[in-house]
Amino acid sequence: MIAEIGLAALWLAAALAALQFVFGAIALYQRDMTMLRGVRAVAVVQALLTATAFAALILVFLRTDLSVSLVAANSHVAKPWLYKFAGTWGNHEGSMLMWVTILALAGGAVALFERRLEDRTLIATLAAQATIGLGFYAFLLFASNPFDRLDPAPAQGNGLNPLLQDPGLAFHPPTLYVGYVGLSIAFSFAVGALVTRDVGAAFARAMRPWVLAAWIFLTLGITAGSYWAYYELGWGGWWFWDPVENASLMPWLAATALLHSVTVLATRDGLRAWTVMLAVVAFSMSMIGTFLVRSGILTSVHSFAVDPRRGAFILALLAIYIGGALALFALRVGTVREGSRFDMVSREGSLVANNLLLSAILGIVLIGTLYPLGIEALTGGKLSVGPPYFNAAAGPLALILVVVMAAGPLLRWRRDELRALARRLAVPAIVAVLALVIVLAVLPRAHLLPSLGLILAAGVAVASVAPLWKRNLRRTPLFTWGMVIAHLGIAVSLAGMASESAFTQETLVAARPGEVHGVGPFAVRFEGVEPVAGPNWTALEATLTATRGTGAPMEMRPQARAFWAPPTETNEAAIRTLWDGQLYTVLGKQAEDGRWQLRLWWKPFVTLIWAGGALVAIGGALSLLGRLLRDRRAAQRGKEWWE
Amino acid sequence: MKKAILWAPLAMFLIFAAMVAGKLYAPGDSSIVSHMVGKPLPAFALPAGMPDRPGLANTDFAKGKPRLLNIFASWCVPCAAEAPQLVELRKAGVEIDAIAIRDRPEDIAEFLKRYGDPYARIGSDANSSVQVAMGSSGVPESFVIDGQGIIRHQHIGDIRPENVPDILAAIRAAQ
Amino acid sequence: MKRAAILIGLIGWAATAQADSLMPADPMADTQLSDPAKEAQAKALMENLRCVVCQGQSIADSDAELAGDMRAMVRRRIAAGEKPEAIRAWMVARYGDWISFRPPVEPLTWPLWAAPILFLLVGLWLARGRFRRRGR
Repeated sequence: MIAEIGLAALWLAAALAALQFVFGAIALYQRDMTMLRGVRAVAVVQALLTATAFAALILVFLRTDLSVSLVAANSHVAKPWLYKFAGTWGNHEGSMLMWVTILALAGGAVALFERRLEDRTLIATLAAQATIGLGFYAFLLFASNPFDRLDPAPAQGNGLNPLLQDPGLAFHPPTLYVGYVGLSIAFSFAVGALVTRDVGAAFARAMRPWVLAAWIFLTLGITAGSYWAYYELGWGGWWFWDPVENASLMPWLAATALLHSVTVLATRDGLRAWTVMLAVVAFSMSMIGTFLVRSGILTSVHSFAVDPRRGAFILALLAIYIGGALALFALRVGTVREGSRFDMVSREGSLVANNLLLSAILGIVLIGTLYPLGIEALTGGKLSVGPPYFNAAAGPLALILVVVMAAGPLLRWRRDELRALARRLAVPAIVAVLALVIVLAVLPRAHLLPSLGLILAAGVAVASVAPLWKRNLRRTPLFTWGMVIAHLGIAVSLAGMASESAFTQETLVAARPGEVHGVGPFAVRFEGVEPVAGPNWTALEATLTATRGTGAPMEMRPQARAFWAPPTETNEAAIRTLWDGQLYTVLGKQAEDGRWQLRLWWKPFVTLIWAGGALVAIGGALSLLGRLLRDRRAAQRGKEWWE
Repeated sequence: MKKAILWAPLAMFLIFAAMVAGKLYAPGDSSIVSHMVGKPLPAFALPAGMPDRPGLANTDFAKGKPRLLNIFASWCVPCAAEAPQLVELRKAGVEIDAIAIRDRPEDIAEFLKRYGDPYARIGSDANSSVQVAMGSSGVPESFVIDGQGIIRHQHIGDIRPENVPDILAAIRAAQ
Repeated sequence: MKRAAILIGLIGWAATAQADSLMPADPMADTQLSDPAKEAQAKALMENLRCVVCQGQSIADSDAELAGDMRAMVRRRIAAGEKPEAIRAWMVARYGDWISFRPPVEPLTWPLWAAPILFLLVGLWLARGRFRRRGR
């Protein structure tokens, strides 16, 4: 019954999306703005219906209703409730329903809260959002129905991939999806503004909070995903330039560029066409990522449940939405004037540099990810493009970008002097030189990129708080704080990456109980291996005692788990977080002579990578809060702050 | 000029879409083909995989007649599935040698007892080193080696009944 | 494969259980070389070689047995004094360019390697009209 309610809600929502599009089109055609209220209401109800469908699917999973084929294929009676719950989106259909739910909720939120956008543009925006929704509803209902019944119902169910049986599953995909799909708002805004030829500062000010909100979630999602892979995969790596990771990085790069260009548009009414382009590109990257992953086109994802029919369906949707938006762009943007020009040495100038570098990095990630496909199509040859290419091609640009990030906020809008900038950058430069001296002393043979990373991180950290220098901190606007903290977060993250790369110590040994092995400053004693049992797995658990100098011993228990539904083995690393880094231990296989394989890593300051990511997201949140508060105050005063 | 630039993003997207559409309809093969086909066998000398017959060296191949080199393992499920086809090839007169990957004599003996024994020689490759030297990426794989010791053909995965004629043809071609 | 499933949050999987042998891993698969400089060379090379079994990972961080055997081979040959570049070329001769995460530099990949510079130049060209001359 619950499944049928969910399916009915989904059909109704699809019908309302169609209605929303038709209403919007009529309103625009007849220039009848009184229909706005109706369109708003339809968008909200559509969101509620889709949310109902999603709730129904969650309920079906929580109850492990095995007569629903999706549940039977992906869940199991004997599974902790958290994974029954999170297992809802641990599969193709469920995650696609979550995708569509967020799309509808995003549209509903715009309908409810957006008050600043010009009425015509708002109607066009909501109509565009409904059009996107319509395609993906069709995809769900015709090619990926999550509510399909199974007759007869099996007694057991297949179970969830054990690698996904981790609290990370409850948090990471929803966050990432809110980010990905939240960018649809920017896309619809851009399409709406192109339709009504209303690209200007007011449009940018209306769009900015929505972009910011999606970007915060995207940042959190990628950060969490990186940490999840780091502790779950058991080899201590945190980023691999895998095609699928790249698919998640590209929307973030585009959204970050958009966030900065929209500021130029909002403040100085420049970069109009460019900002609209980025808004289209950002969500296009989300959709392309979804497509690449689900169609099984990229080799790295050959283990995904692949169905060429589904791939073709999504590709058709991409062609319609992205192709349509880009065609609209080409047709309309000629009538949009690019806006005011800038001085090279100015805040705008630095933001243009930021956009240039971010776009170049985006281009590199995109071409690197797709190049093997292109080569195969052209010559039939097989090629791999991996970390050596991405690090060499994107690394230097990223470091230049970080320098631009340090300098940008210290520049004035409109026009500034290089000499003044140099004066403001003096202290950070001195800190960077000090860091250089320290790096040369401590690490005479370190690689170039990590050393540069450490030096720049030190200088940039100081430079990013410099905008607060000599300011009355109480009267500093919240969004300035947000920017400072976000930029500081980038420096912190960079420091973590460079430190992990330069200082990680590795020990791989085959050990007998009682043996002591060193890794970095630690002495790790291998006590022995015991079997332990969990709710749906059994494991071999090693006990390790790690001691640093005269410090208290720390007990660590890495496990090698064997799940029985479905039968799979996973490694559960034991990780101890200390103030200056992480000790990462993994239990491997037993050798012929009875010794156990242990993998031990000491990773100084590795946590800064994700702490920095969290800071970036917090900075974004403060910035968003600051903008919203200022808008509200302005509204209460009865006029906008810029008037 | 200015106008043309505006259409560039759409053009790039369409190239992308055409490329992936092609890939979608002709998914291609994700298997890694050995680049050793057409080249002489790498030099190797493997110890015997079972006490009842000799081990395997590359010099065993350059003796004028083509042979089939089967890379298998007793712990590999598809290897059991292809065993009847190997027996059939043996009956058709094909000389078959084997490299057993990461295997133990008692397990190999058990495997051959259960699924049939078409092999003249079995070399034991305990750390996959010869497998890697041949550019093979898994078990089972089969190579046709001609009478001069040149690798002529690679079959990736288990030999299905429908593949048997291809293998026979490759052997004939290597004559 | 695992990483793919995790990072994107788009999840699905086929139950193709990869059978493993009963033999223990080669000791050199997970034992460092005593010379840290050589171990660093070996590690760098392992990170650049793609695992032929679980195609998304390098052999340095793959649990597959064949990857372990390849790690052992890389360590032995580095220990014996072979240059990493020679081992890489040896692997490419067997598995093709696919095996190396670093694409070769040849006419077909010139666009790939030129991409960073090209993108920057195109970007600068697009942005050129946005800037005002100084001193106006």
